[in-house]
Amino acid sequence: MKKEYFTLIALVLITLSMSAQPISVGSQAPNFSLKNVDGATVSLSDYASEKGVMVIFSCNPCPYVKAYEDRMIALHNEFAPQGYPVVFINPNDDVQQPEDSMDKMRERASEKNYPFPYLKDEDQQVYQAYGATRTPEIFLLKNEGGSFVVAYTGTVDDNYKDALAVEEAYASNAVKALLAGKNPDPATTVAIGCGIKKKN
Amino acid sequence: MKALMLFLISLVISSFNSIDNSYLGFNESAANYDIRIVDFQQLQPLLQINNDTIYVVNFWATWCGPCIKEIPYFEQLGNEYKNKKLKILMVSLDMADDLESRVIPFMKKNNMKNEVIILDDHQSNRWIPLVDEKWTGAIPATLIYGNGFREFYPKEFTFSELDEILKPLFTN
Repeated sequence: MKKEYFTLIALVLITLSMSAQPISVGSQAPNFSLKNVDGATVSLSDYASEKGVMVIFSCNPCPYVKAYEDRMIALHNEFAPQGYPVVFINPNDDVQQPEDSMDKMRERASEKNYPFPYLKDEDQQVYQAYGATRTPEIFLLKNEGGSFVVAYTGTVDDNYKDALAVEEAYASNAVKALLAGKNPDPATTVAIGCGIKKKN
Repeated sequence: MKALMLFLISLVISSFNSIDNSYLGFNESAANYDIRIVDFQQLQPLLQINNDTIYVVNFWATWCGPCIKEIPYFEQLGNEYKNKKLKILMVSLDMADDLESRVIPFMKKNNMKNEVIILDDHQSNRWIPLVDEKWTGAIPATLIYGNGFREFYPKEFTFSELDEILKPLFTN
């Protein structure tokens, strides 16, 4: 009986992981409490005094992360002072991808001078709770009276190759919309990215 | 005389090859590394060919670990189904600038025989939903279609998983 129960749960989990989708806009953002590269623990609830948070699932080696890295730092530098700081979460299994170990993350954060936390989703619970599937993937959260609600999910902009040729700056426009008291439009976008490496 | 016969036979064979080469936009080009770079508008017709062939379209990149892991399975598939009406297209999402420096060396090293094409189209928010509505853009991902069948798999495959999907499609 117990065994069947577990099999059922396993099947449900497999099905869910096959059709993983980001949690929908308007839904409550799951809280998290993760280790930062500086050793401190950072929680979503630490941001209760901000207008919102831009949670970005990221990693070290993905070429799309590299292409967007400077632009993601710029998003923080532009919007943190206005109440929307960036938080990076690395969800990858570092057994499969040793470049994503805590040590390597620390190196990267210091090389690029990340002005925001770079957290390790060690148990891989957080990315699954958010339904993230790739890096980089943004979840823009809006603080509604102390609880965070998803306002935008997707990518940075419409041109990973050339920052100067961007026509639609989705993430930046989404924050600007929130600052203007509007809903982001589009509220979701998709982009090619590196599939998140799940523990075996 | 014998030499003449061999010459004629090879001529006939090579003419067959050239017919194959233009087959509905698919090439047998992996062997000569004549890789096409296309945008989504050019790729789209290859995702909806309507004949008696089953098409396996894999989205991958040289920088994608799980993609690289499953590439031998797609090669094995090409081998084991070579007498069936199955066509495999490996759509690389590598940057087009990396064709000579990364993609072709990778293909040579891994002895890739399946056709490779590079999709160079940064407007991914427009074209990803046209491949499949549920796709978030994470790779690897594979589209299998043909003969009334169409299924999109945003996941990493093993050979037996591929085989289990394809086998029933050739039993009718």
